[in-house]
Amino acid sequence: MAGPSLIMYEEEFNQINKVLEKLTKEANAKIVFLVDKNGQLIAAYGETKNIDTTSLASLTAGNIAATGGLAKLIGEKEFSILFHEGEKDNIHISIIGQRVILVVIFDHRSSLGLVRLRVKKTGDELNAIFARLIKKVEKEPQAGSPFSEITDEDIENLFKD
Amino acid sequence: MSFINYSSREINCKIVYYGPGLGGKTTNLQFIYDKMSPDTKGKLISLATETERTLFFDFLPLALGDIRGFKTRFQLYTVPGQVFYDASRKLILRGVDGVVFVADSQIERMDANIESIENLKINLKENGYDFEKIPFVIQYNKRDLPNAADLQEMRNTLNPKSSPDFEGVATKGIAVFETLKAIAKIVLVEMKKSAAVR
Repeated sequence: MAGPSLIMYEEEFNQINKVLEKLTKEANAKIVFLVDKNGQLIAAYGETKNIDTTSLASLTAGNIAATGGLAKLIGEKEFSILFHEGEKDNIHISIIGQRVILVVIFDHRSSLGLVRLRVKKTGDELNAIFARLIKKVEKEPQAGSPFSEITDEDIENLFKD
Repeated sequence: MSFINYSSREINCKIVYYGPGLGGKTTNLQFIYDKMSPDTKGKLISLATETERTLFFDFLPLALGDIRGFKTRFQLYTVPGQVFYDASRKLILRGVDGVVFVADSQIERMDANIESIENLKINLKENGYDFEKIPFVIQYNKRDLPNAADLQEMRNTLNPKSSPDFEGVATKGIAVFETLKAIAKIVLVEMKKSAAVR
């Protein structure tokens, strides 16, 4: 059936948030966020208040999926970095460990060179966290999963008008 | 592929609306978007051509409520129905938890329905899914049209495994929410089952 779920625990979630916070500061970025390749927002940091991060996540994943399709057509494995340049704001998108997508939004206070440099370092840190997370999920599968306990009634209740 | 976040206590699932071009997939999402209260829905995003044909996908995030303290969120996607957008359809199925097939009831669209459901099977397989096992419901849309095909005939052709099915008129909202509820329920029950197996 549908492959394994992506599961996030508090410990790793906090670590990821710290890494994103550091990247935001070191790269002078406005917003940094992390998205699963299927379009689920994992974490976001920075000036996210006026930004629809859910839509951003979904469109980023669509963007990466479409570019990945292009890559395959010309015999590339993937394009691991995408860069969109705007009048004020720019978006730097990179694939981390073939599983998640790191997005950095920045303006004139930063530069593409700086962002690239910091993203590269951050990628290694995120990879390490996700490697630990995957091991943890394998070791204690569905520990305290909300699903092992829910009843049919719980599900029914969700749909009561 | 669902996403369970223990830190923010959220469960995210992905539902894809599939079916032939001009069958009413986007209309389904549009109706849901119009009727849901603002605090439970996000923005409806449509990547469409100038003539309002879906180019890549439509996307609508919904929050359904809590289960055992976990917020359940559903992300609804449509695929572009037109035959030549197959590469995009394949991409959108990635990580799907449940599929809604929106069939066009008009008798002259029966071939298009069959072609689309065969295409769904192929694309699911290429993404590592089995059509026989994935949560699946059908909506026979446009039942109000005079040239609608016989319901039993449509069932025989499009729904051999007797998945839950609905007679809809998406433009008027008929069976739109019933369809959504049915697929959401099957997805959650399926997640419950797979948690029990482990």
